[in-house]
Parts: sequence; structure tokens; C-alpha cells
Amino acid sequence: MADKKVSITREYLKGLWDENPVLRSLLGLCPVLAVTNSAINGLAMGLATTFVLLTSSIIISLVRKVIPHQVRIASFIVIIATFVTVADRFLAAYFPPISKDLGPYVPLIVVNCIILGRQEAFSSRNSLGRSILDSSGMGTGFILVLILLGGFREIFGSGTFFGMTVLGEWFDPWMVMILPPGAFLGLGLFIGLTNWINAWRAKA
Amino acid sequence: MSTTAKMIIVLTVITIFSGGILSTWDGVTKPKIEAYKLQELKKAIAEVLPKYDEYEEIHIDGLTLYIGKKTTDTTQTVGIALEAVGNGFQGKISIMLGLFPDFSEISGIKILEQIETPGLGTKIVEDPSNKEDPYWFSNQFKQLKTEPQIEVIKNVKPSKPAEIQAITGATISSKAVVTILNNHIQLAKKNYLSNSKSQIQ
Repeated sequence: MADKKVSITREYLKGLWDENPVLRSLLGLCPVLAVTNSAINGLAMGLATTFVLLTSSIIISLVRKVIPHQVRIASFIVIIATFVTVADRFLAAYFPPISKDLGPYVPLIVVNCIILGRQEAFSSRNSLGRSILDSSGMGTGFILVLILLGGFREIFGSGTFFGMTVLGEWFDPWMVMILPPGAFLGLGLFIGLTNWINAWRAKA
Repeated sequence: MSTTAKMIIVLTVITIFSGGILSTWDGVTKPKIEAYKLQELKKAIAEVLPKYDEYEEIHIDGLTLYIGKKTTDTTQTVGIALEAVGNGFQGKISIMLGLFPDFSEISGIKILEQIETPGLGTKIVEDPSNKEDPYWFSNQFKQLKTEPQIEVIKNVKPSKPAEIQAITGATISSKAVVTILNNHIQLAKKNYLSNSKSQIQ
């Protein structure tokens, strides 16, 4: 895993496309599908998840040598749950309307498989610097997908983007896009497009 | 050191560390969260009651009533507000309900929480398709008669003083709101009247 030949920029950039947690690894789909009915909700969820991913990666990478192998998952979960609660309380105190919109999906970051997956596969085996790069890359990739999907659904489902009207009066919103089926349609199109671009790049 | 001892020590240290962070953070955020809740409550009460100077909170049988009064004449009640909670189409709907002191008319309602179908049931809060009055559903309840009980009608304009019009495509949500209101009006009336009677005695 700790392949020293991987360059530092590559460590960060891989999360954006080649190993994008949502589009390539298909991890953490539950929040991706559930909260992307608007771009702002996608952004808030992405930021909260990235905060948890980054802080727990830092801690776990620092203590990786002291944690006995047998209790590593239990330790990871306690650390992750701590930062999730911090993020949840932060949103409730400083951004109450967003906290209300995201509802139970912030506490559910605890079981987001991107976070536990990165700790087990990366932070617990790599140095602090590389863990920070890896988790910020994965986090950025996650945020980008959430904003794109949230924006896509918001534009077609409400005619707005980040609350600003982009499609005029003539546009009759496609209600289905902000309902659960819209999430599946949107994500399916995004994953299909990613695979299509990759196939096209491989051929070229 | 044996592995068992190491496991116990590591996990204990991690949980103590985590507990420390959480209790500190709770101390920072709790006052803000509480303040926001109180502010939202005050805003909702002010929105549903006729103009008042101060409100008094009374608890009867697990029901909390907010009694709006004028400071010039503290015996004069201008209205009674309460939080009405009940089942909607998918989950709980919570409504701040304002009533005139004789319980015969509603002074206003405000939907506080709901998880109805986006784009359909959520019109009980705000209807973006109605450009002139997005809050037309809640506004229908202003000065609405509560006797004998509120009725929901579909597709036609209300003709009786205790009728409201349902939202197209969200009849169940509309009916749920009315059922919750009817139940709580009865409950508040019974409790409030018996309470003020016992105070006189």
C-alpha cells in the first residue's frame, strides 16, 4: 500500500477522478442519494464529511503505531464518532437551517464507508503527510460530486442553482428530480458518463 | 506488556480523549443551540397570535400553552398559542397554533416541522407555484371558525366559515394538518377552561 513511488500531487489528485470515492469506488452512496436535492445541501454535507475524514485521518495516522491490531476498528469508530458529533453540533449551533435540512444524515456520517474505508486502507498504514493529502483529495472528490449532483437536481427540479433562479418563468420544474428517483437518475447518468469518458480516454 | 493490557489502555485513553473533546464542545455549542430554539419559538408565537406585549407560559396536563397578554391590562388575554403535533403523510407534523381567547376562531398557524413529500406535501409550508401568496395554505386559517370543526374541501373555493381548501396532489397532508388542529383545539379548550375555572375557585 505505502508505495513510495506515488508522487505527492498524485496522492491528492487520485481522489478527484481515478479513485473518486463516489464515481469510481461507489462508496458512501447513501448520503449522495439522500441529501443532493439542492446544491447547498450537497456542499454542506460534503464539507461535514470532509471535516470528519480529514480530522480522523490525522489522529489515526498519528496513533497508528500504538493501536493494537485487534481493536483498530473499535478505535477508529470512536475517533470518527467524536468528530461527527463535533460537526453535527457545529451545524446545529451556527447553521441551524442547514442542520434541519440535513436531518439525520449528519450523525449518519459515522457509518459512511468512505471514512472507515480510508482509515483502514490508508491512514492506518501511511505517514501523517500522505494521510492528509489522501483524505483531502477524497474529500474534495466527494464534495465535487455532491455539488454537481445537487446542482443538477436543483436546476431541473426547482429551476434554481444555490437558490438563484437560473431557468426562467417558462420552465416547469421536473418535480421528479428533487424526489428520490431523481437521485438515482442523476447518479446513474454521472457514473455512466464517467465510465464513457474513461473508455474514450483509454482508446485515445 | 500483554496485548490484553495494551488493548484496554489504548481504548480507555481514546475514549477519555473523545469524552473530553465532546464535553468541551457541548459547553460551547449548547447555549447557541438553546438560544436558537427559544428565538424560533418566540418568532412562531409572534407570528400566530394577535399583537401582544408579553406572553406567559403555563403547563397543564403535559400541554404547554403560551398566553399572549397586553402590558397595559395584564388580565386581558389577546390569544392562546400552543404547539400541535400529530401524524402527517410520512412522519410527524408540528404546528404552532394561535387561537383567540374564546377558542371560536384561529388567529394563525405556522408549520414548524414536517417531512412531507417534497414538491407536493411541502406546499403546506410554502407553495412556490403560487406566486402571489406562497403561504396561501397557512393563511387560509386566519380568522377561521373552529366550530363545530374545521373541514377540508377539494377543488372548490370554501363557502362555509369553517372550511379550508386542500392542496391539489396533497390531500392527505392537508387533511392531516386539519385533524391535528381539530384535536388540539379541543384539547386546549378543555384544559384551559378547566384551569381558569379552578383558579377562580
